[in-house]
Amino acid sequence: MLAIDIIATMFLAAGTFIMITGTVGLLKFPDFYTRIHATGKCDTLGQIMIIVGCMIYEGFTFITIKLLLVTAFYLLAGPASTHALMKAAYVTGVPVWKKGDKRM
Amino acid sequence: MEMTEMKDENRKFKIVLTFCVMFIFWLLLSAWTVYLPEPYDFSKVSRGVLVALIVTFLTYEIFVPCRGKDVLLKTQRFIPYVGWELWQIYLATVDVAKRVYGILEVDPQIIEFDTTLRSDFALVTFADSITLTPGTVTVDISDPERGRFIVHAIAKGPADSLTVDQTMQKKVGYVFMEE
Repeated sequence: MLAIDIIATMFLAAGTFIMITGTVGLLKFPDFYTRIHATGKCDTLGQIMIIVGCMIYEGFTFITIKLLLVTAFYLLAGPASTHALMKAAYVTGVPVWKKGDKRM
Repeated sequence: MEMTEMKDENRKFKIVLTFCVMFIFWLLLSAWTVYLPEPYDFSKVSRGVLVALIVTFLTYEIFVPCRGKDVLLKTQRFIPYVGWELWQIYLATVDVAKRVYGILEVDPQIIEFDTTLRSDFALVTFADSITLTPGTVTVDISDPERGRFIVHAIAKGPADSLTVDQTMQKKVGYVFMEE
């Protein structure tokens, strides 16, 4: 039981660290598009890590299957929402930051 | 005459397939509340069947728009691709983390390129894959007929891996047989 707790906690901690990395990127990167890079990618893996941690903690029950379905849905919905934001910004003409420009 | 027969068969196939998927989905989601108090009894399961039937007749036209070709072979090729994609998600996060903490540089650019992919499913898979792999995010599919993608890359390296190496195009093309 203790070993399972430790492994689950490690997964949860890794997921949280990845989410924090995404947030730091959101605050640090220079323009809209690069900020989306940080959040869009870190969110996916962070979420998966946290859900896997929950799965290990719960043991194998029907809830595990539900969590697995949530993961699958997240893998589809994450990129789709990122793309929707990107396209909206691109179509309405949000300027793209080039190296050497001022922060936006 | 033959056309209507084929249409009927297609319709039956769609309804049966949708019903099976819906019922299995219901079973997975509610099995623990149905099964745990007492083993399956008829009234509970019949409720599930009823709901699955209603959803089937509302959605089978959208859920299975047409009968695909070589579905089994494509599924068989798709499973290893998902494994590779999960590994790419890990690499993508490490890549972004390095750029966040200043180990690698940020030099964004927007690139445009053509692919050999044509079908809706292949285009969606490839667009999602671009977003999940290191350093690139799909902005738009500007011309689905020619498979033209607009992609925002965070530096030159990730952009080259799409336009020069084309590893992922080949993989998706192999899965959906559209090389």
